[in-house]
Amino acid sequence: MRKFYGVSLDSPLMLGTAQYPSPAVLEAAFRSSGASVATVSLRREGGQGQAFWDIIRGLGVHVLPNTAGCYSAREAITTAQMAREMFETNWIKLEVIGHADTLQPDPFGLLEATEALATDGFEVFPYTTEDQVLAARLLEAGATVLMPWGAPIGSGLGLNNRYGLKTLRAAFPDVPMVIDAGLGLPSHAADAMEMGFDAVLLNTAVAQAGDPVAMARAFALAAQAGALAQAADPMEPRDMAAPSTPVIGKAWL
Amino acid sequence: MKIEVNGTAQELTAATVAEALSELGWGTARVATALNGEFLSKAARPTTPLRDGDRLEVLAPMQGG
Repeated sequence: MRKFYGVSLDSPLMLGTAQYPSPAVLEAAFRSSGASVATVSLRREGGQGQAFWDIIRGLGVHVLPNTAGCYSAREAITTAQMAREMFETNWIKLEVIGHADTLQPDPFGLLEATEALATDGFEVFPYTTEDQVLAARLLEAGATVLMPWGAPIGSGLGLNNRYGLKTLRAAFPDVPMVIDAGLGLPSHAADAMEMGFDAVLLNTAVAQAGDPVAMARAFALAAQAGALAQAADPMEPRDMAAPSTPVIGKAWL
Repeated sequence: MKIEVNGTAQELTAATVAEALSELGWGTARVATALNGEFLSKAARPTTPLRDGDRLEVLAPMQGG
């Protein structure tokens, strides 16, 4: 696995921390999956923030704060600055949202915020599309990790544009990339890893499953299987059949 | 002095942001602050004066995806 800002992760599974039935289930999902990264956010203090932070710290995983819900570069930059102080990390999952229905990244705001934050010492994980030109611009702006979407956040559709993602992976072979958002099933995670992505980040597919703890483990195993398969150099598919059992030596009957 | 705290108008006697947090019961809480839309570091809170009509955001760690 490629490193993320110098950090090697024990597991290619990154998990969100929202929407679980209870804090106990959240904790159990992390333990059963061995997820290496937890995404968190900042919201107006309503009294539960301190207890939540204690739970996250107790997980012993890397913390990746997000700028979810920000619709402008300015908002995202301010949120990132607050998150850096709060969570004591330079990592930031940078979301600048462009549309409420698709939660699609705003490429222009994303680029602006990436540039400003990278200059300010942040280690930016930009939540982006599979657009190769935007990816190049984000890398120029100082990001060294990319987080292309699989499908719109919370949709569970899997890898919506495999061609685009494959092209992106091939275009930047040295850049660590996380498939973030839109995964619904462990097979989607395995698919992403088999395609050569370095990690997957998901939340809803686990948190909203009937049994989040079991589903978290299923995703972890699938991501691990996909990574193993990728490293094992998969065969090329072909259109015509090719017998696997030797033809020579078959009885003449 | 009237300050908008997390979107709600509050009447505060605090002269600085640090004092305001104490007055609001967040003196020891782990929070991040923004004043009038700009990040305000923890270190700057004791020396940052509050003015009538200021907008103070006080954020805490929360679940996220």
